[in-house]
Amino acid sequence: MFGRGLTSLSIAAAALVTSAFALVFFYAPNDADQGFVQKIFYLHVPLALVALAGFVAGGLYGVQFLRSGDRSYDLRSYVAIHISIIFGVGALLTGAIWAKASWGHWWVWDEPTLVAFLVVFLLYACYWPLRFSIEDPERQARYAAVFAILGGAFVPLCFLSVRFAQAAFTHPRVLDASGGSMPGAMRLTFLLSLGAIALLYMTLFKYELAAKHASIQLRRLKRRLAGDETFAAPARSAAPQHL
Amino acid sequence: MPALPLDDAGPYVAGAFLVFLALVLVYVAIMASKLARIERELGELHEQLDRREHGAEEPGAAGEGTGASFRPTTAKEAPG
Repeated sequence: MFGRGLTSLSIAAAALVTSAFALVFFYAPNDADQGFVQKIFYLHVPLALVALAGFVAGGLYGVQFLRSGDRSYDLRSYVAIHISIIFGVGALLTGAIWAKASWGHWWVWDEPTLVAFLVVFLLYACYWPLRFSIEDPERQARYAAVFAILGGAFVPLCFLSVRFAQAAFTHPRVLDASGGSMPGAMRLTFLLSLGAIALLYMTLFKYELAAKHASIQLRRLKRRLAGDETFAAPARSAAPQHL
Repeated sequence: MPALPLDDAGPYVAGAFLVFLALVLVYVAIMASKLARIERELGELHEQLDRREHGAEEPGAAGEGTGASFRPTTAKEAPG
């Protein structure tokens, strides 16, 4: 069910990521200001943008779950947030490396973009403990959906508030109303990297969905074979246990 | 800060891309362990089914139609 088209998606993601990285190192020119170290930009920014988009997607799945009561949307919301947190870790680590090379510090606390991303990341780091703290699966799914919706609404607000803040930014601004100030070769490489990381996200999303769905089906099959009354209830888990 | 020369910038760029690679590989390793667990549990289910069907056949039904059985044919049962 969830694994359909996974092979072709995986091949496309691998091809696009390889092409994007080839463009990064062999096509895109070195930045006039930062030099070679600016290559991190093609990895760091797509990871951050895709992670934020994934958090919003988790909220949208949460809305669909509350509207329909279909547990597969709870699973989708959980997986979207799960993969976004992994991508968020990638964005934070690559950003810290870039900051050290560019500014001489691993982290700058008075930079709104960095701190806003960290706040969003820490907010979503509470998603797993929240789910784990609720034993009843129905309530767990409902509360997690509400959390995902509120968090998903917070993400664009946080992003916009940073954009409109009248602060002296150290962090470079890439996307603006005029479409950015990158030359053509850099823009093409950036857009391809963004597409590649987005496709990688979708591939991992489908992998995780398929794996979770397979374990849920397996547990259901075990229960049917053993008889509902003799089968022990599954251990408490942050992940959805039913569909 | 002025741009870092290539020799100094190289390790940082390599580090960032290696972090990305490591994240993907760790994810793949976790998925592999999950897959192994699912495979093991499927094997257990298979054994459970075998035992159940074997138990159902035992009381006087030996040698009768077992077309729907998942049980592999043993050497003892093999024709010839």
